[in-house]
Amino acid sequence: MTEKHSAKYIAKSSAIASRLLGGEMMIMSAIDSTFFTLNLVATVIWQAADGHTSLSDIVTHYVCIEFEIDFETALRDAEHFVEEFSRHGILHISDQPIKDEHIEDSAVSPTEAA
Amino acid sequence: MSLIQEMSQRALDLGVPMSVHFDITYRCNERCVHCYLDHDDHGEMTTSEIKRVLDELADAGTFFLTFSGGEVLMRRDFFELLEYARNLMFAVRIKTNAVMIGESEARRMLELGVDQIQVSIYSHRPEVHDAITKLPGSLRRSIEAIRFLTEQGLRVTIANVLMTANMHDHAGVQALARELGVQYSLDPTITPKMDGDRSILNLRIPGSELKGVFHNQALVGNVEEFCAPPPSPDEDVMEGYPCSAGHTLAYISPYGDVFPCVQLPLPSGNVRRQKFLDIWNHSSELNEVRSIRAKDLTVCSSCSHVGTCTRCPGLAYMEGSMRGPSTADCEKSFERTGIPSANMLRGTIPSVPLIQIQL
Repeated sequence: MTEKHSAKYIAKSSAIASRLLGGEMMIMSAIDSTFFTLNLVATVIWQAADGHTSLSDIVTHYVCIEFEIDFETALRDAEHFVEEFSRHGILHISDQPIKDEHIEDSAVSPTEAA
Repeated sequence: MSLIQEMSQRALDLGVPMSVHFDITYRCNERCVHCYLDHDDHGEMTTSEIKRVLDELADAGTFFLTFSGGEVLMRRDFFELLEYARNLMFAVRIKTNAVMIGESEARRMLELGVDQIQVSIYSHRPEVHDAITKLPGSLRRSIEAIRFLTEQGLRVTIANVLMTANMHDHAGVQALARELGVQYSLDPTITPKMDGDRSILNLRIPGSELKGVFHNQALVGNVEEFCAPPPSPDEDVMEGYPCSAGHTLAYISPYGDVFPCVQLPLPSGNVRRQKFLDIWNHSSELNEVRSIRAKDLTVCSSCSHVGTCTRCPGLAYMEGSMRGPSTADCEKSFERTGIPSANMLRGTIPSVPLIQIQL
């Protein structure tokens, strides 16, 4: 199913601060101090953005299962989200897996909650 | 309500220490006349101890981390700690005199994604600034460092503490901040030393000068609004907390002592002996701080300023009671609005000469 879509890989920028608060992610850009909060679905995508897992796999294995959303709808929303965050410089998007040196791991694991 | 305010409210509801002020050393290369610290090393935490505390703060949900001192760069491991903190995704702010920041340090701070750097500047005149810091050449070196930092695109704020020695220089410092392209903040608060010594309070600017500050449009913006009489306090005000200390804010000393705030020296635990979260969740001192609502304040609950006063529970604590008034803040409320505080009307404030009212 995921093969039909052109692969996109996403990785968090190192120029951010982030923390999980009550299940939702707070993010601040170190570049301009812009502050963001993510809803639960976006938080799951953010936490899975390791540069190696494709966006469609993230949607398939995390979003669809956890939130019972159909794949097409979830992927469309996810693409919109990652493009918007890419414009703010806090998420990198590539059509190839992103090398480790461009990835900054979050302080919390995908399953960890504050 | 801004997003940050929303998240702060959520942190308050969840009991999360969203902000931590971490003094990693009390050692300093300056000897500022108004400083509340002693600058000897009584056994600072090691690099590995501090890293463990940072891990614990990340687990506790802390987002804003302020590294301060003393002078943070007196620690040789400062950049190692900064890198470690950034890898844990804290939004890191640094308070420094910047004297030890050169081009390479500024570049490293940018690489590590420091959010903000606050630099203490007391005067635009070297003879005044250097007399306060007791370090010859310190103004020149601090300004040079600010230029290095801004050239890297880092956000810098000049913090201008006002005292008798520099009380007429705020306009000059503000102009300097404009010239350097950085933010400016002014603070007329001088606090007693952490060991209780109150002698440095003599450096506080007199009420007449304070009034001038509060009625200066260049410093406060809309004077009419800033100096407006306080509205009648409603139930929300009376049920509200005095400040974020102990609620969403904690302070950690270089020796691992935990306090509700850097201004509130109420020992609440030590991270060398306990996990931070255990202290945060179970300290009887922190829980006592958290129990205090505006309605519980012994004098201030009956004061017309209760909803708008900058009352600092730490200053009140150092005057004798966390629930009592802070006379320095009574004076600020009075000089700002012209309306005496309930504490002043009790006539128990020897440090505020009522003759200034010119009755």
